[in-house]
This record gives sequence, structure tokens and C-alpha cells, in this order.
Amino acid sequence: MTGIDVARIRADFPILKRTVRDGKPLIYLDSAATSQKPVEVLDAERTFYETSNAAAHRGAHQLAEEATAAYEASRARVGGFVGVEAENIIFTKNASESLNLAAYAFSNATALARWGTPVDPRFELNPGNSVVVTEMEHHANLIPWQEVCAKTGASLRWLPLTDSGRLDLADLDDLIDTSTKVVSVVHQSNILGTINPVAEIMARAHAVGAVGVVDACQSIPHMPVDVRALGADLVAWGGHKMLGPTGIGLLYGTSEILQAMPPFLTGGSMIATVEMERSTYAAAPQKFEAGVPMVAQAVGLGAAVAYLEKLGMAEVAAHEQELTAYSLMALSGIPGVRIIGPTETVDRGSAISFVVEGIHPHDVGQVLDNMGIAVRVGHHCAWPTCRRFGVPATTRISPYIYNDQRDIDALVEAIAHAQHFFKVAS
Amino acid sequence: MSLEALYQDIIIDHYKNPRGRGLLEFPLGTAFHVNPTCGDEVNLQVAAAADGGLLIGYEGTGCSISQASASVLYELVQGRQVTEAENIRRAFVELMHSQGHGEPDEAVLGDGIAFVGVAKYPARIKCALLPWMAFQDAEIKGGLMLETNSDGE
Repeated sequence: MTGIDVARIRADFPILKRTVRDGKPLIYLDSAATSQKPVEVLDAERTFYETSNAAAHRGAHQLAEEATAAYEASRARVGGFVGVEAENIIFTKNASESLNLAAYAFSNATALARWGTPVDPRFELNPGNSVVVTEMEHHANLIPWQEVCAKTGASLRWLPLTDSGRLDLADLDDLIDTSTKVVSVVHQSNILGTINPVAEIMARAHAVGAVGVVDACQSIPHMPVDVRALGADLVAWGGHKMLGPTGIGLLYGTSEILQAMPPFLTGGSMIATVEMERSTYAAAPQKFEAGVPMVAQAVGLGAAVAYLEKLGMAEVAAHEQELTAYSLMALSGIPGVRIIGPTETVDRGSAISFVVEGIHPHDVGQVLDNMGIAVRVGHHCAWPTCRRFGVPATTRISPYIYNDQRDIDALVEAIAHAQHFFKVAS
Repeated sequence: MSLEALYQDIIIDHYKNPRGRGLLEFPLGTAFHVNPTCGDEVNLQVAAAADGGLLIGYEGTGCSISQASASVLYELVQGRQVTEAENIRRAFVELMHSQGHGEPDEAVLGDGIAFVGVAKYPARIKCALLPWMAFQDAEIKGGLMLETNSDGE
């Protein structure tokens, strides 16, 4: 037993009280897609709108001051949650935007350099340069880099996977070489659940002078993460997978890298001085936050962080480890079920993908949905990873703090029902 | 709604025993369609026989709904004239947009009437329509139908 009291936690999540599909109690096992929100987060957002709503970083009236203070307090809170200063945290729309912000630093710097604007040479890409990702990236950490390569002539490389769903680092030193300008890797795979040795990869990136980026969307909500210990220059994640509202993402950057990077979105708020022909930019984080920011979402995210801190991330991780072990055992025990990804809990998170022999994941998901169980089916925005394992799609469960063993028991029963319904041997 | 109402026996039967599955030797038009949210695939081919009747070839991977729909399409359209096939296609598309309130005509849609329950599940309508979209596209590519005749589905 861990210090997580699931029954008590569930009481804080109004949505978990509802029923679905003709009165079935909701069993939500899709938190890797988005987590549910505790009432504290909903209240924080509502209270902000009811009492302090104004455009942050604009105006001098009292409400504007309060909105700015609330927005910046959330930044400090999120920074503290991952062990860094507020000034190293940039608010974005979502993690995809955070990763695009990183990727655009390279294509923008390359374009600026072509017309004579001085840029930090680390961001300038040319034919002959390489960008390195892994074969288990979410599309959000793959397609932005494909675009960068298409715009600059750099080539894309990737660290391959083993059959058990781990990174194959045998050729790490060859794949990341002196041609490499950026290495962007996922901390915890959203489809396989694998937790990668990112510090080792970042060390290799830095040894060749490359910029290191980490996608921490699936790790920061689920375990204690000291982002500095990851050894990356930039770390991206989202708010809505960690109990926060949708519409707010995060990017951590070292002070040095944030200063060196060109801006991404431009316009209001991100400037120092503006003339008709040219402008100068504010220091980070403002340099990367053009436009009226998402204050209410930031306030909600601050409440989400407070909620997780109250539980304790070590306790959250312990609860999930226990549930992951139980889930792996339960799923492995069903004839015809194959887990795609690591089958032991070492360096593994709670997201578990599987296929049921003879039943397409869509159909598995439909039967589960009919029994009130919400899972994700499809390629999970990691299509190349599916191809690597020779499956068109998978069914994925991703439990969180409000799930317990009974949810997994219900899942196992539902899978057996699917096998019976589709008349496949089980 | 019950699972049995969605997955009628006819659908399961077409899924497990697909009719006419396989590619044509000399296709006039080929269309490869995927459902990008789930990765389901259908490769559909058309050709015309000497009497003008349609020849259909197909392959694919995906869920029971998408693959059964391809099999039903074959059964309904193989050997038909282009205009007849177009009426069937339109009837099927209309059924899928009926939100489950459609009253399909078995004389037109044959086993296709079994898909009436699918129309209640927005996420699955795309599965059922996948081969029919590919069919229309293949006809256009094969010069059997003008693009302006399409209804934009």
C-alpha cells in the first residue's frame, strides 16, 4: 500500500461520479491523453474569473496587477515543482507548441543567418548537419523536426528500438556525432511506457556541442522530476496531463539557451522597443510569450501543482508503480493479449499498450467503452512506433492517481468479454 | 445501445469472411485511403468490364467496421453500372449521416443496412465510410466519374 488514498482522491474529481453508455459507472483509463481535473483546479479558474480577471502584463489598474501577480505566481509554482526558477519557465498553449518553439529556433535562426542577421551558430542548420530523435517519439516531437530538416537541408536521424521496447543505444556515439546540432528525445514514451535514460543521451549531445531537448509530457505528471537532472537545455510538457486545464503548456530552458534562442511567435508583450522597421525583444520568458497570456489556465495549473504537491510526487510514482505491476501481471495472464512495450516495471510508466489477437483495437475499445471503460485506441500519435512493432494500432490504458486495482479487474473482465463477443479463442 | 445492435452478425460475418477481397490485375483507378486518427487502411481499385459493369478490387487492414464495409461495398457494387453504383454509394453515405435514425432500403443497400447502428457512433462513421470514400476517389482517378459529380464526402 502507498500513501495514495484513491477513494479520497476520487471524491475530488466530479467527472468520476458520472455514468456513461446507459448508466455504466465511468472507469477512466485514458490519462495519458488528458487527465481529469480536481475541483480545486476548477474552483481556482472560476475564482480568478470572478474576482481578478484582467489582461496580465498590461495596464496599471488593480485587476491588471492582480492578474499579473496570479500569472507570475503560477510560473513560480510550476518552476518550483520541477526544481527551477520562475524565469526559466515559459508558458505556451500546449506541449506541441513548446516543441515547435524549440524547433523553430533552428529554422528561424537559419533563415535569419541567410540574410545576414547575426545568430548563435548552434541554431544554424545546413546540409550536412543532423537532427537526432528516437523511433518512439510522439508526432509532436517528430514532425516539427522533419519540418526543420526540410527547411534547412539537415538530415533526420533516430535512435532505434529493441524488440522489448527500449532504446537501442549501441550506436549512440555514431548517431550523435559532430554533425549533430540538436538531439530531441522523449523521457517517457506515451505508447510504450518506456522511461528513457535521457541524461545519458543529453550528455552525448553536449559532448558534440548539440542542443538537447526532452519531451517530458508523460513523466512530469507521474513522478518526481528534477528537470536540471535531465541534463537538457530545453524540456517541454503540458498542463492538461497533470490535472491542469487544457490550453496551457510549458517549456523549461536554461537561462543561457533562452537568451541565445530567437523568438518563435512575435507581437505584443514580447518586445523591448519597437520602431517601424525593427524591434528588439524582451528577456525570457516574455520573449517567448507573445499576446495576452492564458492567465486563467495558468491559475488552474498552479492549483493542479498544489494538488500534486499535497499528494507528494514520490507517493504518486509509488502508487503508479504498484498499479503498473498489477496491470502488467493481469494483462499478461490473458491468453491472446500481447503487451507492446516493456513487460517489467523497471524504467517503465503506467501507460500500457497491448493488442488482443483477432480483434482490432478499435473493436476492443468499442467493447470497453460499452462497459464504461475509457481507453485510447489507435496509433497514439506515434505511428512509426506502431510500424516498428508491426501493428496498425494498439489499445492503451494509462491509469493515474484516481485509478486502482478494481479498474484493472474491470478491464480484464471487459477484454474477456470482447474475446467472447468476437468469438476469438481465449 | 447494445453491442449487438452496433456489431450486427452481418458485419461480423463480412469481417471474418470478406467477399471478393484481392486486387485487380488491370485496374483503371486505384485509391489508397487511410483514417489518420487510427491508421485503418483501404486500397480500393476499379475497372470496367466489357459490358460497362464495375470490377472492384480491394485490400486493407483495420477494424471490423471498416473491413466489413469494404466487403459489403464489393458485394453491392461489383458488376453494377457506374450510375447504379453511385446511387448505392449515396444511399450508404446518407445512412451514415442519419445519426442512427435512418430507415435503409434493403433493396438498395443489401447487407449495408446492417451499418445503421454505426451511425450512432461519430468515431466509427469514418471507419464505415473509408472504403466508400476510396471507391469514389478510385472512380474519379480511373476516369469513370467526373470530379464535379462528387458530393464532397
